[in-house]
Amino acid sequence: MSLTQRIESLDRRWIFLVMLVAMSFPLIVHMKLPVRASPEARGFYENIEKLQAGDVVYLASDYDPGGKAELDPMLLAVLDRLFQKNVKIVGATLWPAGSPLLERAYKAEAPKYNKVYGVDYVHLGFKEGKENVMVQLGKSIREVFPVDYYGTPLDSLPLMHSGLNGKPIDKLNDTKLLVNISIGYPGTKEWVQQVRSRFNLPMISGCAAVSAPEYFPYVQSGQLSGLLGGLAGAAEYEEMIDRPGWGVTGMAAQSLAHVTIVLLIVLGNFVYFWNRRQGVSRP
Amino acid sequence: MLRREVPILLAMIVGWFMVGEFFFPWAEPAGTEVQQMAVIITATGVILGVANVIRINLLKVSRRERDWRYSILLLVGLGVMALLGTILPVVHAAVHGGGWKIGPFNLVGITDGTLFDRLYNRVYVPLSATMYGLLAFYIASAAFRAFRVRTMDATLLAVAAIIVMIGRVPLGEKIWDGIPLLTDWIMNVPQLAAKRAILIGAALGGIATGLKILLGIERNFLGSD
Amino acid sequence: MKLFDPSRFPIFLAIALLGILTVWLITRARRGESFFIRKIAGLEAVEEAVGRATEMGKPILYVPGIDDANNIQTIYSMIILGYVAKMVARYETPLIVPIAKAFVMPLAEETTRQAYLDAGHPDAYNRNNIRYLSDEQFAFAAGVNGIILRERPAANLYMGSFFAESLLLAETGFQTGAIQIAGTANIHQLPFFVVACDYTLIGEEFFAATAYLSREERLVGTLKAIDYVKIVIIVVLVAGTLLASVHVNFLHEFLNLE
Repeated sequence: MSLTQRIESLDRRWIFLVMLVAMSFPLIVHMKLPVRASPEARGFYENIEKLQAGDVVYLASDYDPGGKAELDPMLLAVLDRLFQKNVKIVGATLWPAGSPLLERAYKAEAPKYNKVYGVDYVHLGFKEGKENVMVQLGKSIREVFPVDYYGTPLDSLPLMHSGLNGKPIDKLNDTKLLVNISIGYPGTKEWVQQVRSRFNLPMISGCAAVSAPEYFPYVQSGQLSGLLGGLAGAAEYEEMIDRPGWGVTGMAAQSLAHVTIVLLIVLGNFVYFWNRRQGVSRP
Repeated sequence: MLRREVPILLAMIVGWFMVGEFFFPWAEPAGTEVQQMAVIITATGVILGVANVIRINLLKVSRRERDWRYSILLLVGLGVMALLGTILPVVHAAVHGGGWKIGPFNLVGITDGTLFDRLYNRVYVPLSATMYGLLAFYIASAAFRAFRVRTMDATLLAVAAIIVMIGRVPLGEKIWDGIPLLTDWIMNVPQLAAKRAILIGAALGGIATGLKILLGIERNFLGSD
Repeated sequence: MKLFDPSRFPIFLAIALLGILTVWLITRARRGESFFIRKIAGLEAVEEAVGRATEMGKPILYVPGIDDANNIQTIYSMIILGYVAKMVARYETPLIVPIAKAFVMPLAEETTRQAYLDAGHPDAYNRNNIRYLSDEQFAFAAGVNGIILRERPAANLYMGSFFAESLLLAETGFQTGAIQIAGTANIHQLPFFVVACDYTLIGEEFFAATAYLSREERLVGTLKAIDYVKIVIIVVLVAGTLLASVHVNFLHEFLNLE
């Protein structure tokens, strides 16, 4: 068997090894690359920058541990910026395994800015119901979440009474912005369909890189005011708020991984056409 | 008649009412009530789902079917997490007990500092994240093996894919300033047009099926005819 | 309080149009009128896949997605499963159906059992081949991969709503040399299926599959109604673009676009 034939029928574990080396190397040597913000990420950034101190946002943290690698950096960066701007946060999740992730994110960021639970941020927890819950939140948050993640009645949380002129925060429109970080269903598309269209609440979203192209039509139509796509999106946002985190750190590794895949495609095609010329290619 | 006609009628009545609620504001209060019922029914469905999981896996163990040992593992994991997250908190609240701890971990509840949270973060999170992380390797393997530029379409696809892959990471700008701009153009023009068309098509398909259910034409959600 | 929300009138009109067309075209189909549906390569390959599996004496794997019974794609997947099961029953080839949601399990069992009955081979139906694996996405993927690697099906059909596990399934199936046909309306997973499978039904082709395979009047009528509505959308798109280009905005205002 010639070299090109051996390459063409290479055991995929060698490819896995090459990928592992390509992704690990930049992390080991602490390689850093400058990050350029895309127009969609810029929209995400600008919508958060428009918020004033005391504004309330609804944070829909809809992902589970599978999406942690891509979306945790995004969530942490967003929380950091919102706390820094003294924006108040009402957070919840529609994914059963999502609540502890939001709790950990709060616990990582809130102490940096001396934020107090119940005054500056609230964790409503998880509710099953998907789109039904989204629509219900547009009508009454208390009907959906009578108590928070820790079992405290919402009425006893000062944040839930910090709407305009001291009015209660009782529906999504009592907040200024919907910030959605999601990885699948229910997620960005459902929030756009059920909430953005129905209640006209401005919305920005962070999602997995694989889903981002699907939401470009919503960005172009104005239904989404900003979009972060995957770890690259997280890196772009971290760069814009000057808070380098796992997003920026991961960019070198992701860059090398992408280059490796491109080289693999080129190599795969080269050996295929070479072997075909020799009359020995696999179908 | 009860088995098929009643569910179909129920689906039609509730379905049409909810469609109407979207267009007629005076129906909104009643629509809100129906949505709350839907939230409760969906939540109840989770309980049925868990009961089904237990039933199927117990059957597997009792009949010593293939991989029955994994079913034991599943049932133990389910039992432990249910005990810590649901049963113990209810019992604790009922007996108004003090702190129930094992080592440094609170046995009651699911929040930070509890044994449930520890198991979630040390077992479930790494397992789940690892499975998702496998995709990177599988993509590389699939790209090497299957991405063949045999036709003009495939060539265009390969070129676009390479530009976007390089343009979406910082390395692209380092290689050439124009790559990110080209990437943005590909994502915002041809890609977006195609995605929008597929989105419209898929949405129409979904709406049409929904309409068929509302009109009682589609009955496959009940099982075979 | 208003009787009717005028801002939602265009949506009302669109739904009414689709509903009227659906009913009208289904009626026409029931009267015997035949409608043209173009060839879809992936669906033509289903019978080839079943034949191949029968010749090799290996089972067929049918994965109906990981979403719940209330998802449109899961409903369509059950219809396609019925058709495939009927075909498979004729050849008495084993059909393995791994399930990801507890509520889909009875649907799949009922659909498959009925298909075997309709094909005249009720004894060939094996309830143990309809296997509920796990609600958890990657646990389900691991379970299906295990089935693929142990039982080595000759044909893998992935029809329904898939997410991140799609490439895990398809790539493992490729490793075993199975012929693979996928269909999903989750467009973010289509690239992975296109790369790893022999045939892929893209978006609407998946919805058309049921009408294509069964030629049932209600399904064909619905498919044609969607086609007509698409024509209307194209006309509106072109007209809207032209009018907006000359700053005539009545269509834009009527459709209540932001």
